[in-house]
Amino acid sequence: MDAILLQILNGLDKGSAYALIALGLTLIFGTLGVVNFAHGALFMIGAFCAVTLQRLLSLSYVTIDETRTDFLGNPLKVKTPYVESWFGPEIGQALIDWSVPLSILFAIPVMVGLGFLIERGLIKHFYKRPHADQILVTFGLAIVLQEIVKFIYGANPIPTPAPEAFSGSFDFGVLIGFEPNAIIYPYWRMIYFVFALIIIGAVFAFLRFTTFGMVVRAGMADRETVGLLGINIDRRFTIMFGVAAAVAGLAGVMYTPINSPNYHMGMDFLVLSFVVVVVGGMGSLPGAVLAGFLLGILESFASMNEVKSIVPGIDQIIIYLVAIVILLTRPRGLMGRKGVMEE
Amino acid sequence: MLGLNKRDTRFLLIVIALTLLTPFILQPFPEGSALAQFNAGYPDLMQRIAIFGIFAIGFNILFGLTGYLSFGHAAFLGVGSYSVVWMYKLLDYNVLPGLVLAIITSGLFALAIGYLSLRRSGIYFSILTLAFAQMSFNLAYSVLTPITNGETGLQVYTSDPQYLMSEGEPITPHLFGLVMNESYKLNLGGWVFTFNIGYYFTAVIAILAFYLSLRIFRSPFGLMLRAVKSNQTRLNYTGLNARPYTLAAFVISGMYAGLAGGLLAAMDPLAGAERMQWTESGAVVIMTILGGAGTLMGPVLGAGFIKYLEKIFSKINENVLEGWFSFLPEPLREVVVWIFSRFTGEGWALTLGLMFMLVVIFLPGGLMEGGERIRNLIRRKKNKPGDGASPDGTPAE
Repeated sequence: MDAILLQILNGLDKGSAYALIALGLTLIFGTLGVVNFAHGALFMIGAFCAVTLQRLLSLSYVTIDETRTDFLGNPLKVKTPYVESWFGPEIGQALIDWSVPLSILFAIPVMVGLGFLIERGLIKHFYKRPHADQILVTFGLAIVLQEIVKFIYGANPIPTPAPEAFSGSFDFGVLIGFEPNAIIYPYWRMIYFVFALIIIGAVFAFLRFTTFGMVVRAGMADRETVGLLGINIDRRFTIMFGVAAAVAGLAGVMYTPINSPNYHMGMDFLVLSFVVVVVGGMGSLPGAVLAGFLLGILESFASMNEVKSIVPGIDQIIIYLVAIVILLTRPRGLMGRKGVMEE
Repeated sequence: MLGLNKRDTRFLLIVIALTLLTPFILQPFPEGSALAQFNAGYPDLMQRIAIFGIFAIGFNILFGLTGYLSFGHAAFLGVGSYSVVWMYKLLDYNVLPGLVLAIITSGLFALAIGYLSLRRSGIYFSILTLAFAQMSFNLAYSVLTPITNGETGLQVYTSDPQYLMSEGEPITPHLFGLVMNESYKLNLGGWVFTFNIGYYFTAVIAILAFYLSLRIFRSPFGLMLRAVKSNQTRLNYTGLNARPYTLAAFVISGMYAGLAGGLLAAMDPLAGAERMQWTESGAVVIMTILGGAGTLMGPVLGAGFIKYLEKIFSKINENVLEGWFSFLPEPLREVVVWIFSRFTGEGWALTLGLMFMLVVIFLPGGLMEGGERIRNLIRRKKNKPGDGASPDGTPAE
């Protein structure tokens, strides 16, 4: 029982990442009708927003402390981050420590701006082109973004730790009556899951309860009619692209403490996220979220030793296997709408 | 000749000539001259161009003709490589049995994957093929280690049986004693031309592969595949089932990929799982699109173009750039060198990505369309003073 619970928990953080990326992908597909292969790259850029902010905050100047010497006997060089000298050592240290959560504030404008740029500069011209062309051009864009990041930050993963306060683990089992140490779960993964739920909730609320969201939903159902009613639907869709980019970016920002970001993390997630979208049903937002969590949890179950001893290698292929079975038996995915990309 | 009309025969002859003369064509600059770094007549590179040409020709039969965009062809490439290396391990270093096995196994794989994937089309087809390929890749890395030797990659060990191995047989890949990596160097004035057995072996196979694709393009079967691309619904309404045709195209292109994978192992007796990764599938997509999908020559051109530039660009480092721009004043030179070095050397992938995007945006027909546009431009200029009678234009293919 506790093993099962533990696997469910373990699946949640990866599932959250899948769900967030898939949500953005579906949002773009549902509004603009564009298959965005660059979405994984947006996730990766989000993660590197966190790296950037961490580096910016840790920018230091060097002073020479004559009173102390290093092991060679030379005067010790002391690095002091600028933030420490501006805000005092305590606040400065805290700022650096909390750089990942702070990056959320930094990443939102960056990602929305980047989203606008991509949509207006590139994707706009591809509304009417076949899906294959959209896949290809965004695939090219993904390569370009990835290479640019590789240039700036190098090819190695960059560790970006979570704040000290969240570095430990939480004994989840005790809370619900298991023995101590039966179910241990890192704080940050829990935060990631809650964060993902908040973002998903926010996106759904935005679409559901605001006038803007209502217009967007109307546009998703029938773009032409909304346009004929004198509403500038293109502009709203562009904004939605920015939102989707921000969702992917935030997923990336918060993922950095779980997995050190490297330049190809986007591509790794992209393939899986597409599978998630297709399993959930093309164009269905709840489907994408549901499938994201479902596949994340399934993946973590498949990596249990008990399961692996029955079906060796199942952990490597479970997601693809599920996707193939679903695609072949339920053409519309789990919650796909009728008439959306049926062929 | 060979069941082709006059124009196609001429076309095929040109292709044969180009392929056989590649060691000359890619070596236009004398050794030791400043431009020698643009030479590409290395056996290794030429062989790669031919192999990826075959891969792209096969991919084009599926994507170019039927419009089904597969993101999983790397799986067949990997299967082909593994087959050949297994034949080395079991029989001997003769490449022929391995290549035959490569074509058969990749064909069977393609049949199974195609049968399932082709039940859907559009993006779903792409995702399905991607899923199958990633599955094969992951399995090759993990559970199938006894067959694939996992991360190390499959290679021949001295303890392998090699039942057909006889005394004095070469211990590198060969074709009935013709050792693949042996080459003959020809010194002509300042030029050095290398003729490699492996390249010519690959080239002959590539010509055969090209001939077969030419025949497919011109056949009623090819016409049927084009019909699938232009309007499948209509095809269905005329009472025709498109599935067998697309499946046949899928299997054929899978076999081409398997053959290409096998030839990679003939070049170098190794097979690794990374050949099955989806980025490799992405590479063949890029080659085909860049050259021009749906045209005969396009994919080959794309493969050659990319492999050539890859080699040349990777060689250009900052020192080389410094040399080129030495005529510029100091601060300006540094800026120029810095900018260029972002796109060369390690930055080759960035250039490739940008090039690919530009082609998709502005030249959906790839290099072939670009060539045709330029030709039309010239022709129009020529015709302006005349009566504008249309010259008998031959569509680029």
